[in-house]
Amino acid sequence: MEIAISGIHRLLFSHAPPVRPSEIMPRDVYLNRRDLILGATAAGLSAAMAPRRAEAAQLEASPSPLSTDEEPTALEHITNYNNYYEFGTGKEDPAKNAHTLTTKPWTVKVDGLVSRPAEFDLNDLLKPVTLEERVYRLRCVEGWSMVIPWVGFPLSEVLNRVEPLGSAKFVAFETVLRPEEMPGVGGFFPVLDWPYVEGLRLDEAMHPLAILAVGLYGETLPNQNGAPIRLVVPWKYGFKSIKSIVRITLMEAQPPTSWNKQNPREYGFYSNVNPEVDHPRWSQATELPIGQGLFAKRKPTLMFNGYGEQVAQLYAGMDLTKFY
Amino acid sequence: MLHRTDVAKKLRPSPAVRFRLLRAALYWVGFAPAVWVFYLGFTNQLGANPVRTLEQELGIWTLRFLIATLTVTPLRNLTGISLLRYRRTLGLLTFYYALLHFATYMLIDYRLDLQAITADIVKRPYITFGMLALAILVPLAVTSNDRMVRRLGSTWTKLHRWVYLAATAAAVHYLLVVKSWPLEPIVYFAIIAVLLAYRLGKHLRRRRRRRPAAA
Repeated sequence: MEIAISGIHRLLFSHAPPVRPSEIMPRDVYLNRRDLILGATAAGLSAAMAPRRAEAAQLEASPSPLSTDEEPTALEHITNYNNYYEFGTGKEDPAKNAHTLTTKPWTVKVDGLVSRPAEFDLNDLLKPVTLEERVYRLRCVEGWSMVIPWVGFPLSEVLNRVEPLGSAKFVAFETVLRPEEMPGVGGFFPVLDWPYVEGLRLDEAMHPLAILAVGLYGETLPNQNGAPIRLVVPWKYGFKSIKSIVRITLMEAQPPTSWNKQNPREYGFYSNVNPEVDHPRWSQATELPIGQGLFAKRKPTLMFNGYGEQVAQLYAGMDLTKFY
Repeated sequence: MLHRTDVAKKLRPSPAVRFRLLRAALYWVGFAPAVWVFYLGFTNQLGANPVRTLEQELGIWTLRFLIATLTVTPLRNLTGISLLRYRRTLGLLTFYYALLHFATYMLIDYRLDLQAITADIVKRPYITFGMLALAILVPLAVTSNDRMVRRLGSTWTKLHRWVYLAATAAAVHYLLVVKSWPLEPIVYFAIIAVLLAYRLGKHLRRRRRRRPAAA
């Protein structure tokens, strides 16, 4: 299977993972996996059957001044408490089900109002970038929060590469849609209109805080966190940070977004973290930090999730109760 | 043979004793989920968001006991199996779970931040519905003893029909607390709707039968 791990490996990791596979997975699983490899059956098969952490590989990333110095949430919680409805609506469903998602090979199509539209193989997309560690606060619209050490690079680097036209005002994003790999998609009562789509204004997308993440805690992204590549926009509610991106389209008109389509009164296009604008059904004034036990104390939610100094000017003169 | 049956008969507890034993067992079994989930909570085994999990578990068990309580009558009418004597226990378990659910929200989640809680009750429809359900359950629980049944007579029956409103409010409370339309709240809502529709149907049929007689 190691053979199957393609260029991304060689490109991003100057050295092999310091942890042997046998140390991170149960011995019987390891041995079975080894049999498969030795049997030289389809490499893809063994890749699909191996547990998730065996797939994780270390990433080299430089620290960033844009990181918070707050204590990151435990990896266990970041990878077991997820909203990724394609794999089920329960918080632990994605961790249970997302292993079925094939993330290799992966291509991202960047098109629309650009001079150089392209379909990038993920390896090619990552070739010219320098990965950084960005420790960001994440505030979910449901009223909980985490601190996550992402590994990624500014979204603007990809946008600049395709050269947006002057008419481009918005950026639309789309998550992969593979019903055969996604147990939460389908049924006669779909929770959302698939595929999951999101959008940003072009100036928001060009902001240095907006990143495309390919890892967390120094390793490649687990599937339940949006592998292999996802958006992270830390001053907006978590659902804006779309996972497992296959398409980025530059547009003149504001693109539709999934939760806004599902309930326009509750979820706006902007969805900036704002303690003063409540969700119609619950308050956004406070948040519960994840992973601090039964007696965790709610803490006040900050305007723009605490990134106001950097991003407030993007919304100067806008009525944020109207553009929520 | 005859002799042995006689002995067995003598050893078998009287119906009254048997009822009390079974009722005590029902309480023990009924409280087991609460004990278990609090144990998991205090030993930090409830995952990333233990407060939410604790609230949800206690809330779902409230709905389960509520559904069990409301199933007693249709079960007797449709199958002849009568659990009428245990209905009070089931109803009280519903109330105790609702109280634990509410206490968790008040004490652990909001730490008695009365200002925030009051704002929640007024502004958040899901809290409003939950509070309404709990408020209805209080007088029902208080009047759930033989003395009150005797004293209130037919008023007791009328008073306890309010449980239908409490059940509706509780089901809506669950629907409103989640994003989108996941399956579980819909299933609970549907079960409660069926149980209430059954009663409404019976009530309408009875009225139709009575009307010609009155004319």
